[in-house]
Amino acid sequence: MSLWVIQRDLLLAMRRRSDVLTTLFFFIIVVSLFPLGVGPEINMLRTMAPGVVWVAALLASMLSLGRMFSSDYLDGTLEQMLLSPQSLAMLVLGKALAHWLVTGVPLVLMSPVLGIQYDLSTDALLVLTASLLLGTPVLSLIGAIGAALTLGLRGGGVLVSLLVLPLYIPVLIFGAGAVEASAAGLGASAHLSLLGAFLLTSLVLAPWATAVSLRISME
Amino acid sequence: MAINWFKYSSPASFYFLAGKMIPLFTIAAIILFAVGLYIGFFVAPTDFQQGEAYRIIFIHVPAAWMSMFLYVMMAIWAGIGLAFNTRLSSMMATAIAPTGAMFTFLALWTGALWGKPMWGAWWVWDARLTSELILLFLYIGFMSLQAAIDDPRRADKAGAVIALVGVVNIPIIYFSVKWWNTLHQGATVSVTQSPKMATTMLTGMLIMSIACWMYAIAVILIRTRTIILERERHTAWVGELRGVAQ
Repeated sequence: MSLWVIQRDLLLAMRRRSDVLTTLFFFIIVVSLFPLGVGPEINMLRTMAPGVVWVAALLASMLSLGRMFSSDYLDGTLEQMLLSPQSLAMLVLGKALAHWLVTGVPLVLMSPVLGIQYDLSTDALLVLTASLLLGTPVLSLIGAIGAALTLGLRGGGVLVSLLVLPLYIPVLIFGAGAVEASAAGLGASAHLSLLGAFLLTSLVLAPWATAVSLRISME
Repeated sequence: MAINWFKYSSPASFYFLAGKMIPLFTIAAIILFAVGLYIGFFVAPTDFQQGEAYRIIFIHVPAAWMSMFLYVMMAIWAGIGLAFNTRLSSMMATAIAPTGAMFTFLALWTGALWGKPMWGAWWVWDARLTSELILLFLYIGFMSLQAAIDDPRRADKAGAVIALVGVVNIPIIYFSVKWWNTLHQGATVSVTQSPKMATTMLTGMLIMSIACWMYAIAVILIRTRTIILERERHTAWVGELRGVAQ
């Protein structure tokens, strides 16, 4: 059931590729702005890189949350999904995973290139990519709750950032921390394990909370 | 004889109960504030390390306690409202949020005033300060979500979801900030290493805490009454009330 939703959402995203590319380019631009703002000092950039890439990923993932439910809400598809005998949580899980495939995966693939701009070592690049791979699905899953709650509200886009960004903080801390820990010689496995734990917890709880929120919003 | 607790889950009967309780809690708050401030300013001795500046803890610590306690209370009431569909519980949650946010802000503000003479900095990225700041963000998110939704029933339920998600997240946020802080070089001065407290100081602080608690209850009840009137303005009993008042 989730697979069907993922397939459908991916098809829709491929029909409008510019949406996907906008998010990706937003990510690239934000990351590239930081050296212009703080100066090209390479040692400073190297220590800043994980945090900058992670904050940019947070913002990029958050900006595209509005699209997760809004078009289905406007054309009535969402209402039919709520009426369907299938479990709403599974449908929501499919939508969140589709959102991750469309916005998260391109960021993960692009991050090593941006890391090279910041002169990260090969090990650090590997850890950065791994942490983004584990962390970005969590962003989509948590963000789905915020997107569902703000569905159809005026100023929903700004509101969703107020709701969702504080909840993203643990992911940010451990995502950026993984790279710093491996650079300090501590090893990134503890951070990556915690990110994995966040992923599993949010896989179980977030779709359920999103389903409840959708039913509230569609009443 | 069993008391019928559910009687007061109706907004109409709670309105009058709250009206009777508000003066009691207000008087209690005023007396306790007076006693607590007297102890804080005149009875408690000057600290030999921190001088007079430590006296800010008499408002700082109670405010920090209340900020966390009120968030949990808010989530509990919101959860009850969501689960049992009781209107009054959701109104309580809505009424608690501004007071909780006020205490959070007060804790941050007084903490900054204390930090400047003690640590030499208004702000330190200490685990407690950071998580208190995030708590303020959570309060603001809750209030702005409710403010953006016109339909009060939807606002109640949506707020309940975000409050409950926040409560699940608070321990995660707290521990991640704590570990983040220890990974970076630790703060030069820790809040936890407070010198052993004199009994008078502790008494003053506890009295101030209870005073803040009484104040919070009084203000929350007043706000709940206002929300009840606003939402029930088309009902017969509010109409009668207006007839009596005029």
